[in-house]
Amino acid sequence: MKLEAFVTLAQARHSTDMSLITIEGLTVTYGSVTALKNVSLDVNAGEIVTIVGPNGSGKTSLLKAIIGAVTPLEGSVRIKQGLKIGYVPQRLNLDPTLPISVGKFMRLTNKINKRLCAIALQQAGVTKLAEKQMSQLSGGQLQRVLLARALLGNPEILVLDEATQGLDQPGSADFYRQIEKVRKETGCAVLMISHDLHVVMSTSDRVICLNGHICCSGAPETVVATPEYQELFGTETNGALALYRHSHDHKHDHSSSENTETVN
Amino acid sequence: MLDDFMTRAFIAGLGLALVSAPLGCFVVWRRMAYFGDATAHAAMLGVALSLAVQTDVIYGALIFAIIMAWATTQLSGRNYAMDTLLGVFAHSFLAVGLVIVSFLSGVRIDLMAYLFGDILAVSVSDLGIIWAGTLIVLGLIAWRWRPLFLSTLNEELSYASGYNPKREQLFLTIALGITVAVSIKVVGVLLITAMLIIPAAAARNLARDPELMVFAAGLVSCISVIAGLRSSYIFDTPPGPTIVCVALFIFIVLNLFKTFKRLLH
Repeated sequence: MKLEAFVTLAQARHSTDMSLITIEGLTVTYGSVTALKNVSLDVNAGEIVTIVGPNGSGKTSLLKAIIGAVTPLEGSVRIKQGLKIGYVPQRLNLDPTLPISVGKFMRLTNKINKRLCAIALQQAGVTKLAEKQMSQLSGGQLQRVLLARALLGNPEILVLDEATQGLDQPGSADFYRQIEKVRKETGCAVLMISHDLHVVMSTSDRVICLNGHICCSGAPETVVATPEYQELFGTETNGALALYRHSHDHKHDHSSSENTETVN
Repeated sequence: MLDDFMTRAFIAGLGLALVSAPLGCFVVWRRMAYFGDATAHAAMLGVALSLAVQTDVIYGALIFAIIMAWATTQLSGRNYAMDTLLGVFAHSFLAVGLVIVSFLSGVRIDLMAYLFGDILAVSVSDLGIIWAGTLIVLGLIAWRWRPLFLSTLNEELSYASGYNPKREQLFLTIALGITVAVSIKVVGVLLITAMLIIPAAAARNLARDPELMVFAAGLVSCISVIAGLRSSYIFDTPPGPTIVCVALFIFIVLNLFKTFKRLLH
């Protein structure tokens, strides 16, 4: 992955720690709207970090800053030299008129042979799909193929953008179990973005609660107990592993985010 | 050989067929049909201004097609949706163009020739411009194929792979501008989008692979041009619209064939 291009001057300072990605004082704005304000964050080798936040809390902006899709107004995003990032997008714009097989899609970004392709598909939990057309896949299969593509080239970190949006509860749970399995097998770090708290929480080493700025962060159990988290997501999620998604009210998100200083 | 107007028409038509195939596939995949249409309409203002300063219409058309395509890409999403902006600019550019033409006294201008094309009047120098444009666009798309394709699938994925999708969009925009400019004399402003979309849509039924779909679209376009020109000669019909009719016929036949095949299984 050619991420060197986005590495800032800060790279010159030799980083001696283990961080794969170091974000310092990141501020991102779109016109007059501030999406992110003074966000600092490290992702270390091998850990699973989950970023949660209501809609419009800057989750996607943070991710875009990491892959170089937005230019920060202030602050820096430092990527370890030569870091291999496996990016798993939220979805594809697959027009029904676009014919492409799974195998071909996998080979778009990495020049690989059929055997490596089959291994990656197996790691992602979908074998025998290589010949199928992308447009014929179910939501769950498509997510796994996207994961398989990201696994090609043995990334040191997987970056997932709301990867389970559009999957049902058991489907998401399966997908997260797969991620955990991949992490166990390959030892790669995982940075994921989600508002799908229920399943995510239990698999994360660290949870970062985002709402324009970082409200709170830490181990899953710690974060759920903080007043900031409860203000943002409501107290009904006290038991983090309760069936969260169904009781969640999006309107509530907006009303609570209006109380905070930064609104996107 | 180039002295025969039918020969020149065939060569011009095949140039257009080759350039519209890959571009048409991207237009269909990215759902830019209306975008192509708007670019073509806007080119009419360029045609009018070229006539006013007495230069080849292809240059004015090229400039306005690219300005239009670039401006809508830049402006969309700010205050108006892309759709609205295209509607505002495309049709007002067309209208302003037609008004300007009406002021040009002295020369009697056959507007129909620009709205529907006049492939039988293509000159040897037009052929040079058409094929130069065709080769530039084909080269551009061959060069940017992978990043263009990737940014069509997902913008973030494209960024993460080191390609800027906005830059790829600009390449596509320029290619579209060139295509519109070179096809004005062949099929005219109003039928350009048809030549982009119909062969690509017909080819969808034949291909399981993006490259194959481009190839099949090219084949459908070439057959449409050859059969369309022949029929227009035999039945004494306008060539541009006849070519589009043949493409439509192929589209319908391929879809009927597909439906029939599905029913059998």
